[in-house]
Amino acid sequence: MSMPNQSSMENSALVENPLSQHGLKALFPKHDIIYLAILAVFLGILLPMTLDIFRLNLVGKYLTYAFVAVGLVLCWGYGGILSLGQGVFFGLGGYCMAMFLKLEASDPESTKIQSTPGIPDFMDWNQITELPWFWEPFYSLPFALIAILVVPTIFAYIIAVAMFKRRVGGVYFAIITQAIASILTILIIGQQGYTGGVNGITDLRTLLGWDIRTDSAKYILYYVNFILLMLCLLAAQFVRKSKLGRLLVAMRGREDRVRFSGYDVSSFKIFVFCLGAAFSAIGGAMFTLQVGFMSPSFVGIVPSIEMVIFCAVGGRLSIFGAVYGTLLVNWAKTTFSESFPELWLFAMGALFIGVVMAFPNGLAGIYKSHIEPLFSRKPKMFEKKPSTPKPASAPEPVSAEPPSIPGSISAMGK
Amino acid sequence: MFADYTSAELLSIFAMQGFAGLILFSVFVLMALGLAIIFGQMGVINMAHGEFMILGAYVTYLISNLFSTYLPSLFGIYFFVAMIISFFAAGALGALVEWSFIRFLYQRPLDTLLATWGLSLILQQIYRSVFGAREVGVTLPDWLMGSVPLTETIEVPINGLFVMGLTIAIAIAVYLLMYKSRWGCQVRAVVQNRPMAAAVGINTAKIDRITFALGCGIAGVAGSAFTMIGSTGPTAGQLYIVDTFLVVVFGGAASLLGTIASAFTISQAQSTMEFFLSGSMAKVLTLLTVVIILMIRPQGLFAMKVRK
Amino acid sequence: MTMQLKLKNLHMTGIRGISRRWLGKAALAICSGWIFSAAAADVNTTGLAVTDKEVTVGILHSVTGTMAISETGSVQAEKLAIKQINAMGGVLGRQIKFIQEDGASDWPTFAEKSKKLLVNDKVAAVFGCWTSASRKAVLPIFEQYNGMLYYPTFYEGLEQSPNVIYTGQEATQQILAGIDWVVKEKGAKTFYLLGSDYIWPRTSNKIARKHIEKLGLKVVGEEYYPLGHTQFNSVINKIKLTKPDVIYAIVVGGSNVAFYKQLKAAGISLPKEKPLLLTISVTEDEILGIGGENIEGAYAAMKYFQSLDNPNNKAFVEAFKAEYGDNIVIGDVTQAAYLGPWLWKAAVEKAGSFDIDKVRAASPGIELTTAPEGYVKVHENHHLWSKTRIGLALKNGQYKVVHETEELMEPDPFPKGYQ
Repeated sequence: MSMPNQSSMENSALVENPLSQHGLKALFPKHDIIYLAILAVFLGILLPMTLDIFRLNLVGKYLTYAFVAVGLVLCWGYGGILSLGQGVFFGLGGYCMAMFLKLEASDPESTKIQSTPGIPDFMDWNQITELPWFWEPFYSLPFALIAILVVPTIFAYIIAVAMFKRRVGGVYFAIITQAIASILTILIIGQQGYTGGVNGITDLRTLLGWDIRTDSAKYILYYVNFILLMLCLLAAQFVRKSKLGRLLVAMRGREDRVRFSGYDVSSFKIFVFCLGAAFSAIGGAMFTLQVGFMSPSFVGIVPSIEMVIFCAVGGRLSIFGAVYGTLLVNWAKTTFSESFPELWLFAMGALFIGVVMAFPNGLAGIYKSHIEPLFSRKPKMFEKKPSTPKPASAPEPVSAEPPSIPGSISAMGK
Repeated sequence: MFADYTSAELLSIFAMQGFAGLILFSVFVLMALGLAIIFGQMGVINMAHGEFMILGAYVTYLISNLFSTYLPSLFGIYFFVAMIISFFAAGALGALVEWSFIRFLYQRPLDTLLATWGLSLILQQIYRSVFGAREVGVTLPDWLMGSVPLTETIEVPINGLFVMGLTIAIAIAVYLLMYKSRWGCQVRAVVQNRPMAAAVGINTAKIDRITFALGCGIAGVAGSAFTMIGSTGPTAGQLYIVDTFLVVVFGGAASLLGTIASAFTISQAQSTMEFFLSGSMAKVLTLLTVVIILMIRPQGLFAMKVRK
Repeated sequence: MTMQLKLKNLHMTGIRGISRRWLGKAALAICSGWIFSAAAADVNTTGLAVTDKEVTVGILHSVTGTMAISETGSVQAEKLAIKQINAMGGVLGRQIKFIQEDGASDWPTFAEKSKKLLVNDKVAAVFGCWTSASRKAVLPIFEQYNGMLYYPTFYEGLEQSPNVIYTGQEATQQILAGIDWVVKEKGAKTFYLLGSDYIWPRTSNKIARKHIEKLGLKVVGEEYYPLGHTQFNSVINKIKLTKPDVIYAIVVGGSNVAFYKQLKAAGISLPKEKPLLLTISVTEDEILGIGGENIEGAYAAMKYFQSLDNPNNKAFVEAFKAEYGDNIVIGDVTQAAYLGPWLWKAAVEKAGSFDIDKVRAASPGIELTTAPEGYVKVHENHHLWSKTRIGLALKNGQYKVVHETEELMEPDPFPKGYQ
């Protein structure tokens, strides 16, 4: 699938803007600081002030998906690695958290009607009489917190090493991650004595004695979630602005050239994929805390693909856009399904097609090409290749980098 | 576990188990052939493949109702009519889809994935609105039901035989089309080098559309055939999609022979394991093995050497 | 005059089974509407969505996604019941208004929507959920915010929440009677247990296995397939190899269709009863997809079949068809869902209040003589006393009732000796 006309375009782009021109920029150019501040005010002050706790808790739930979307911006938007299995990491993180909470909820006192008190209820239903060995360590909160980050990351590392070292990428990677999501779902459902099966791990109540179901706890959890999301955004911003971020963009455009320049391409990809997995896992753990249960319905293919659309709607190249995109799609989903459940799938389907066809860079792209010029005093030279919303004239998702990085490199050459 | 049985019984069980594997093989080939053409030849990840199959199934359902109401005397042969109409219905929808958005996305395979996923959601909801959320039952003509007793203990299901026959016929037809016809020659030319193909006067846009339509049409026939063994509901298509992609990728994307070989390997492995393990574990082990082999040998069983 | 008209209407829509006592009450409610409206604060001390004229309830099922197939019937039944109750004058003189939410076959969505119904909309009761997973997801929310859920599906038991009324059967009610019947009537000695791979089939088969072994009989195989699996040839071969007297099948959803079609194609003719097939998962709803000719001859053990011959059921089927068309079929769960609003109405009227705590206190002992399945009564443990029937599947997609337990089966969600 070679595209000569495309590559000539890329060539010219590379010649005009050789990568070496840029040193390490400051972590936050002026624009990004403003964006981050706006987002922080919006999520941290505006929403909590205007919404009641029920709606705010919903927003908190949506924001856990934003972790995944931010991770996807790095993997997919920057690295060109589309993973259809982010749900796996979200789920693993969520399950690690849920295992800890479930053990705490299953003290011998509250489970005394079971034939084996002191083990989670679903184990008792499945004739398991003692706690399996891999559940034991989850009595400890520090272990559980470490596991939330480490287990999914190691899992991602194994997948990534196996794939990227052999230069599997693009479509194949997408399909294999999908298969892994499907395997894990069957496994979790099939091994219900150890995992809670299709019901998941439900009825989680307290965290070290602190009732996570009360309204005040929901507020606190919302803010914990918010702060963690901000930290993840900072981390993502750091990656984006570092040399690694620019190498990722370069690899996405022309992987072989980067390789020929002496870089070990696969290790960058492995890193960014693991980072995306870790973000997802944090999201999963926060999901468990805020919603009060974890189920295999997050591990499968459908949620994994939905998470990709959150990222695509927000703009696959914008970490802030991903957060807004997640909120917008989920808000639409909730609103639509409250009034017209049947229409929701049409709207969702149209959203997938529309975003891909007309707005390859999502909300962020629209913002960059339509709104920002209105109050940007910068000269037009940075708007050399705006992403035009017409499908026919937008053959490639032209990268909508912040104006301070003019490295416009076409995405996904293969 | 075999100690209690006579050798004759064991023999017949193994024969039937082998046959079960062959039916599974046929099912996989039917599912995967259309996708192998669309994905392998064109590079489009069609996540709505399952929905094209279900379109075929619903068409079959409609035709069977039509025949039982208006032409009850010809009910025995409605299935052939249904398959042909399914082929054209799914093919026409495929052509429409290709024309309306796939053609803009050829250079962005990952975006075709998202767009066709959106398409699959829309199609599902259309099926649900038109045919209802419940599954529909397709009545089969009597001659397709039941089984042929080969010996006293070995029985072969007729619809299994029918699916196998159909698979062979379609596979041969696709082979002839791709490798013996002028059109197939053009398709292969476009796949290997699009600008050169265009330069020698091949209408690549037209070739793309027909290829995509053909792939979808085969999916429609597959869906029609699946009414004999599976369920027909708005979301039934999603069940097949992962398996189908794995079969195609495992076989080596651009190779039709590879698709058939991989369907054979996976189906035999799964059906053997199903016999010794529980169904869920057999499925997990099969998928896991395929994924691990793909990690070791990413190009699949039969890789075609194409300059990229 | 209006009242007479209303009553006449009732007869037209075919609710003849409604007892005289209820009609009397309804009439009383209409006549004395103003008394109740004056007392709105008395019947609702906890801030539920109850006005002088209306009371709001929630309906929470999947209308999209994979479970929409199964849950459609329940939604229809609940809406019909609410409509009929409203036609009779409502509950405590108030018309029932419902807010319908879509669980979208996704358990977290169920949790989200149930919370919305309870916290935002302050509904007085929720009729909904279908799968065990969705019920497990909403349960902590109902317990936290003290809501009332009427759950229609037959399920695995092992649960007894103060905030749920289980209008379907729990596993022992369904299983024990069925197995006893095949053992006694058909002389079954060996069983092959088969199911979809999740908690309900697994728990049910566990109870079935214990019961079979208690009777001194033998289970020759037990097998589970992932949800949505469509290839059953291997297990059919195993069945042929082990030659059980009974295939005990708890396959759900789309897999059902594949299983019965392949069973027939493999030459296992169910009407010959060699082996006999007994299921607890196939209602008339599922037969629509499977096709009557494929499942003809199988037996099902559940509490309701559309063909039940009693005046209540005739009126119910007639009303259901009048509402949703002649081709509609009614399965066990649909009927159980229909009971929900009626049981709630009876409990509210007994309590004289919409308050959840009072409704809960009033619920045990509530009887429904007008239930399509006959007579049901709410047990202390919030499940229903009900009879279990054995139906023989016919080619036309209906079941012929061949057996009915003499007594009402006592619900026993935590069966001793079966865990």
